Parts: sequence; structure tokens; C-alpha cells
Amino acid sequence: MTDSMSDATLHFEDFVPERQFPLGPKIVSAKEIIEFAAEFDPQPMHLSEAAGKASILGGLAASGWHTCAMMMRMIVDSFIGRSTCQGAPGVEQMDWKKPVLAGDTLKGFGVVLEARPLKSRPGIGIVRMRTELRNQRAETVCIAEQSIMFRMRESGENRA
Amino acid sequence: MRFAELMAIGTRIETGTLEFSAEDIVRFAEKFDPQPFHLDPEAAKDFVFGGLCASGWHTAAGWMKMFLAYWAAESARLQAAGIAPPDMGPSPGFRRLQWLRPVYAGDRITYYATLQASRELASRPGTWLNTTLNEGVNQNGDLVIRFESNVLEFA
Repeated sequence: MTDSMSDATLHFEDFVPERQFPLGPKIVSAKEIIEFAAEFDPQPMHLSEAAGKASILGGLAASGWHTCAMMMRMIVDSFIGRSTCQGAPGVEQMDWKKPVLAGDTLKGFGVVLEARPLKSRPGIGIVRMRTELRNQRAETVCIAEQSIMFRMRESGENRA
Repeated sequence: MRFAELMAIGTRIETGTLEFSAEDIVRFAEKFDPQPFHLDPEAAKDFVFGGLCASGWHTAAGWMKMFLAYWAAESARLQAAGIAPPDMGPSPGFRRLQWLRPVYAGDRITYYATLQASRELASRPGTWLNTTLNEGVNQNGDLVIRFESNVLEFA
């Protein structure tokens, strides 16, 4: 895999503090909301428009876990998919600020907060980012702080 | 009934076990997390994980799935006994989610929830904020995921 990676591949060194990556846009369909909820979060407000309208969420609303998964896809499409990503240890914080409703268009950004080499794993660094998504009404729907691991450029040939 | 009466603070509740088949792992990853180690057992060998493993968001969504299965069963049990189940609202989010070990194809993850705190909101009397510690453990007894979530409850 290393041999096929061009200089354009994003390595740890490319994630400098304040660098931003765009996320989305992604149109969220009712079908997707219901499909995800039926498998993982079968609560009425995630399964039908009528139940959503009757709930505090005000309409057919995506599971918060679906929003997380959609954010992940936007992150993969924006930068992880062309990077040396080695997985992620976790998410320090996720705030679901507004419901994601059927028909919404989500877009946002990821910004690098901090990047440091991992002492325990030579050649790998950890990047802490804030990611945010907004809807077409310019309302922030979620804010996350998460850490992602990337392989370094200079150690590309001698990783374990 | 209040949530804190159903789940005593500090008591770890087992909610259920979910098996992660290779097919389910790939199906989730194709939609939401198309990275080589979530899509292809051969490609996964080139990464630190060493084998096909589930997206961390799949593991997290599995917690929700098993919690709701537990919740549905508990609600039915309470209603059959003539007791109104706690009226749970939406969640504002979670904190300190850690993916501690990969979840590999064929792993069976048993999920848990432990109520840590339940407090009435000063700004909204009659609304409580419940904080739970949530965990998933594989068939070898290894903790694979943990996070702390908040969920609202209405009186």
C-alpha cells in the first residue's frame, strides 16, 4: 500500500493546527433515516413523520448515531479516504444541538486542533479535530471533538 | 416511574449481546465508513488491526440497538404490572467515547449501561438529566467500547 501512495496522500504532517477540511454537502432522505433507525434506533420519532411531528424533535428525525455515521462518511470522503489513517481511539465529545430532519442538507468542516506524535507507536501521530455540521437553515446540528491516527511521511517504509 | 428507580445508580445493567458478522461489518462500512480495514479482510492485513473489523460507529450504534431492546422489554414488563415506564426524551450527546479494541468479524459484543447520576434541571423543573456509563465487552472479556451519555427524562 505504501508504494502506491503518492505525495498527495495526506500524512500526519499534513494535519497542522487550524487547517480546515470541508464536509458535505449531504442530503438526508426520509428513507435513509428510517432504514438506519429500524436497525439500530427504532424509536417512533426516527421511524415515522407523524411520530416525529408529535415529538419534541418536530419531524421525522435522524438518530443521533445516524448523524454520527453520516459525519464519518463526510470525513472519509473529505480527507480520510486519501490519507494514511490508522483508525481512531475515540471521541472526546459529541453534542447533538438540533434535530436532523428528513430533507435537510448537512455540510460543515473539520479543523485541526492539535497534532502530536504517539510515543507508544513510532511513526504514528494523533490528530485532534473539531468537526461541525450545519443544516440549510444555518443551524449547527452537531459539534464533535475527536482524535484520529495517521502514519507519518518519513517513516512510511519502516512501519511495523 | 423515574429512571433512577428502574436502574439504581451505580448498578451495571446487561442489555444484550450482538454478533458482528463480516457481512454486517461490510454493509455498515460501505455506507458510512469505507476504509480498507472495514471493507476487505485482505486489505486489513496491511493495517495495525490485522483483520476485518467494524467501524467504531457500528460498535456504538450496536449499543443503542441493544439498549432499546432492553428498554422495550422493561417497558412491557412495567406496563404489564400496571406501572408507567419512565418518560425518556432525546439525548443532547455523549462524552469520552473510547474504542479500546477492534471488533473483529465474528465477535460477540455484550453491552452494558450503568446509571451514574440523575438530576433535575434547575432551568426546567420536571425535566431530569440522566448520565449513564455505557460499555461493550467482547467474548474474551475485553472492553471494546465505553462512553458516557446524557438523556433527558420528563416527569
